[in-house]
Amino acid sequence: MMSFLQVQDLAKRYGGTTVFERVNFTMERGEFVCIIGHSGCGKTTILNILAGLDRATEGAVVMDNREVAGPSLERGVVFQGHALMPWLSAMNNIAFAVRSRWPDWNRIQVQTHCQKFIDLVGLTGAEHKKPAMLSGGMKQRVGIARAFAIQPKMLLLDEPFGALDALTRGTIQDELLRICEATNQTVFMITHDVDEAILLADRILLMSNGPGACLAEAVINPLAKPRDRHSIHHDAQYYGVRNHIVDFLVNRSKRYQSGELRSARSPSAKIVNLR
Amino acid sequence: MNGRAQSLVAGLLSLLFLGVFLGIWHLATVPKKQAEAPVDEYSKLLGKGAKKSEGFPTLSQIGEAAFTQLKDPLYDRGANDKGIGIQLGWSLMRVGAGYALAILFAVPLGFLIGMSPVLYKALNPFIQLLKPISPLAWMPLALYTIKDSSISGIFVIFICSVWPMLINTAFGVASVRRDWLNVARTLEATPWRKAFEVILPAAAPTILTGMRISIGIAWLVIVAAEMLVGGTGIGYFVWNEWNNLNLTNVIFAILVIGVVGMVLDFLIGRLQAAVTYVE
Repeated sequence: MMSFLQVQDLAKRYGGTTVFERVNFTMERGEFVCIIGHSGCGKTTILNILAGLDRATEGAVVMDNREVAGPSLERGVVFQGHALMPWLSAMNNIAFAVRSRWPDWNRIQVQTHCQKFIDLVGLTGAEHKKPAMLSGGMKQRVGIARAFAIQPKMLLLDEPFGALDALTRGTIQDELLRICEATNQTVFMITHDVDEAILLADRILLMSNGPGACLAEAVINPLAKPRDRHSIHHDAQYYGVRNHIVDFLVNRSKRYQSGELRSARSPSAKIVNLR
Repeated sequence: MNGRAQSLVAGLLSLLFLGVFLGIWHLATVPKKQAEAPVDEYSKLLGKGAKKSEGFPTLSQIGEAAFTQLKDPLYDRGANDKGIGIQLGWSLMRVGAGYALAILFAVPLGFLIGMSPVLYKALNPFIQLLKPISPLAWMPLALYTIKDSSISGIFVIFICSVWPMLINTAFGVASVRRDWLNVARTLEATPWRKAFEVILPAAAPTILTGMRISIGIAWLVIVAAEMLVGGTGIGYFVWNEWNNLNLTNVIFAILVIGVVGMVLDFLIGRLQAAVTYVE
């Protein structure tokens, strides 16, 4: 059986410079995958290609047996800078998405649906505020609610918590975890935060440094689900994974780039199972 | 100093400046006591004994003129004697018509130019060339082709209002944040919704800035245009009163022009505030 998402031999080049190449991976329905790598390795480009906002120079993306040729309501995107429309209230930002998904719905239906997702991300009471009146964490919640509200087949998150303080980040991570578990959502997420990846992901993809980046390793998260943010670091396997990833970022990501650790045309990432 | 105290002081200062200005005016124009010359037949013939209207009008004369004009602003006693209200009405009608036409032309075209970098580059030389031309320079051409002075006035207002709106609309549309457009794209919003629910509200503050500049220019230009073509309007009123050597009415008209210009700017300013958003 074909995987839900297949990324085949993806490459992006600008003129003579290769940002990344030989990116191959698959995702199953309901899987949560995080991708980690240093800045400039092309993570955001990969996410944009998955979203259909950008085009790969080589390779293809197939989701649910159909090639990704452009943006689609089947893939919800949470943007790095939340990308809320400042002239619309939180509710209307979500309603904009909902009316795109279900153009035939009447006002009441749209509103009820929006309210459901506002409640889901814990923004009850702030639905009529404009983004400028909301804190960074609340804005990002609206962004998440907007992406969830169209009930996409896959959710793409571009470093959604990057700009938030640790406390807010933790709360929203918990919420994301809860919503994803409840809806069995397929998620692809970019992050810089190793702990966040271990908390959320089933599998963590590690990218080597760019330019000329590649998908170096695919680490299967050995920690059993459900995971709890407050006790996760007591898990015996926690530091094993964490050290493996941090070591990669500090040492191996460079050595992959120089070709020291990888043969010239190995097609796929090395699968790492630390269990 | 907090905000309220500040505006109180500013208000008092404004009043002070006004007082100083009016005081100087009054002192400069106060009628000099003239020696009572004997009024004989000869000097009567020369008009010497009669009340003179020479010199700069005094404050009370202006007040009087304003009172008479405002008491009956809509009187109409033939081509050269109409109330200030009627003249203002004509001017506002011309500005309104020319300005509305300019909106209908400039906003959609600016939208297209803003969406298409190629069109932007292709049309930019023309815009840059046409923009600095004084709108009055078009007048002979307008009079020749349109053959109607009133419509020519409207055309001149159109041509002077169009550039700031066009340039601002194009700029506003071209600089809509990429993120918002990407949101619309990932949501598969129709081109119609993308234009009216994303680009238009995003660019609205910039478009309104252009409209605000335009209304100011239009109101500046209408006075000159009406002086040129004559017939009706506040500009013609000023010129006509100058020909009558009635400086009092000229000064009153200048005041009215200022007040109306301020009101027009205020109205567009309100509109601008209504569409402005905080990022």
